[in-house]
Amino acid sequence: MEPMNEDDKRWDERVEAWKSGRVAADYERIPPRRSEYTTMSGAPVKDIYTHADVRHLDPAEDIGLPGEYPYTRGVHATMYRGRPWTIRQVAGFGQAEDTNNRYKYLLKTGQTGLSTDFDLPTLLGYDSDHEVYRREVGRIGVAVDTVVDMHALFDGIPLDEISTSMTINPSAAVVLAMYRVVADERGIPGQVLTGTTQNDILKEYIAQNEFIFPPLPSVQLVVDTMEYGADVMPRFNPLNVCGYHIRDAGATAVEEVGLTLSNALCYLEHAVERGIDVDRLAPRVSFFWDVHNNFFEEAAKLRAARRLWARLMRERLGAKDPRSWLMRAHCQTAGVSLTAQQPYNNVARTAIQAMAAILGGTQSLHTNSLDEALSIPSESAIKIAVRTQAIILHETGVADIVDPLAGSYYVESLTSQIEQDALELIERIDAMGGMIEAVQSGYAVQLISDSAWEQQVKVESNDTITVGVNDYVDENETQDIEIDRPLPGVMERQMDRLAEVKRSREDRQVSATLRAIEKAAPDLHHNLMPLIEDAVRARATVGEICDVLRGVWGHHQPSTVF
Amino acid sequence: MTSASASLPPLKVVIAKPGLDGHDRGAKVVARALRDSGMEVVYTGIYQSPESILRAVVQEDADVLGLSSLSGAHLEYARDLCALLKENDRQDVLFVVGGTIPPEDAETLKGYGVHEVFGPGTPTAELVEYISSNARQARLA
Repeated sequence: MEPMNEDDKRWDERVEAWKSGRVAADYERIPPRRSEYTTMSGAPVKDIYTHADVRHLDPAEDIGLPGEYPYTRGVHATMYRGRPWTIRQVAGFGQAEDTNNRYKYLLKTGQTGLSTDFDLPTLLGYDSDHEVYRREVGRIGVAVDTVVDMHALFDGIPLDEISTSMTINPSAAVVLAMYRVVADERGIPGQVLTGTTQNDILKEYIAQNEFIFPPLPSVQLVVDTMEYGADVMPRFNPLNVCGYHIRDAGATAVEEVGLTLSNALCYLEHAVERGIDVDRLAPRVSFFWDVHNNFFEEAAKLRAARRLWARLMRERLGAKDPRSWLMRAHCQTAGVSLTAQQPYNNVARTAIQAMAAILGGTQSLHTNSLDEALSIPSESAIKIAVRTQAIILHETGVADIVDPLAGSYYVESLTSQIEQDALELIERIDAMGGMIEAVQSGYAVQLISDSAWEQQVKVESNDTITVGVNDYVDENETQDIEIDRPLPGVMERQMDRLAEVKRSREDRQVSATLRAIEKAAPDLHHNLMPLIEDAVRARATVGEICDVLRGVWGHHQPSTVF
Repeated sequence: MTSASASLPPLKVVIAKPGLDGHDRGAKVVARALRDSGMEVVYTGIYQSPESILRAVVQEDADVLGLSSLSGAHLEYARDLCALLKENDRQDVLFVVGGTIPPEDAETLKGYGVHEVFGPGTPTAELVEYISSNARQARLA
């Protein structure tokens, strides 16, 4: 830090005098509402911030200009004055046709990109005819067994114009290959495909809990998909590194940034170990953040994460291509902040969170629907959520200036603090031997569980007020919202379709492609994607392909720690 | 706690996650709150089948089963578990369900034999109170 000059000293003395004079006198009359003010991450929040709080920052080096390193102010120079963010609501339920209809409804309502939720059997690599898990077919996402379902899912959707984000993790390699095969069989070249597979397995072990195989082969499979993407669909993001689930599972904003960037570094460092040039893969790594209630902390978090990622990529991984330094991000408002009590209040929460995401400079946004503490959303609830984004864009003026929070003493100070605290967490994980170690030792799971517990204690002691839950409670509240119900008969219809595909395919070809995967899988540096693509083309199922890999790699055991 | 129950060993609770649902923040927070209140708590972890949950209840000789579901499949799993508890003569177990359960489903669940349903936002103190007052009723009776 620069030694203080005379002006700085005089200013600090003036602030001290003001605090002990005016401020103290006012608190004498009206005491502070709370004994201490903190962000959701627990950092103290002062009465006021002045230029003294940002003295350590170099305006040119640390804040800079939008579209320039270190991207504190945004990844694009013009941000939303040119192209608005993408309104991307996730949808998925029933059979492929059901979700396809919802997509067409959403596109008509004003959505500009697609996002898919798959059902649990698909996510966990089981087929719809599985003896135990078939009862979850089509329940909280769409059922996909083979590429035939993927064709139906995207029927009539111009894949060369619309980008598609797919929330899929341990079975992502199969679904990515399916997307490419669907496009190919429709005559759409891989070069024009845009979109994302989530494919962030590390956060599954520590937060979302959808995993199949142990961490090391899983991370290597992610590297396979990144390399495959660079080869055959170079505008597609095969990896979307997620803070969202880590946060919703209980982490603080700082832990969300630290753990997420540790995960991202882990994939890229494994790729580098395999001799892959980091600049070949890094430009296609994208991110996904949770935007919670503490308005300034959330906006600052996005700014801090961009700056920290740019610095890590340039300085730690030695990436030379400026596109490798960019953190392009999707945001979703915080599902965990929604309440089942007085559900219409969720519209206000979501609008404020969405505003923080926009002021933080997101590239796309999902706004939650008011009924999501109780079920997947109804169409009427989704419409309000989508329109919330249109209201922010067209009616509030906040999207007309690039990074309007820049230069705020508080926001810049908070941005620096989040960057610094997240970096400390990353270094702590490095010292343990990296993220795979932090998964296997249980460190990351415990960190998140402890934070979740602390937040629960704050709510139950009324230290944190959640409107409608521990204050402003309506006695005898009755539920008057429409609840989405699962479609009847989905499991039976999906099982019939799967049986039909199995009858009509060439069994010998399926077996041959599966055997090829089995033979190659023990070598973790052998890229399996071309072989998985062959199996998908032969109409092998998600379950069959994952079963082969389960046989070779085994399972990751769920944690019973709490 | 009453003086009568103070002489008994602590209540034993199995917290279970059925099926493929991974949302376990609530299950773990509840497990911790019950443990902190003096109960003995076993968390099964995710990916359990009704059969494996029953096995945990029997092996642990549990007084209470807490089932957590946020995947919309609560009706099927709870129905199967009620049937299994009955078949195995373990209807003395206090069976509670928590998670994202639409209010109208709570009645259906009680019809299957679930004793109580706790939705999002339930204070853990309310759970502790309910379980302390209602567990072992069938055994002691």
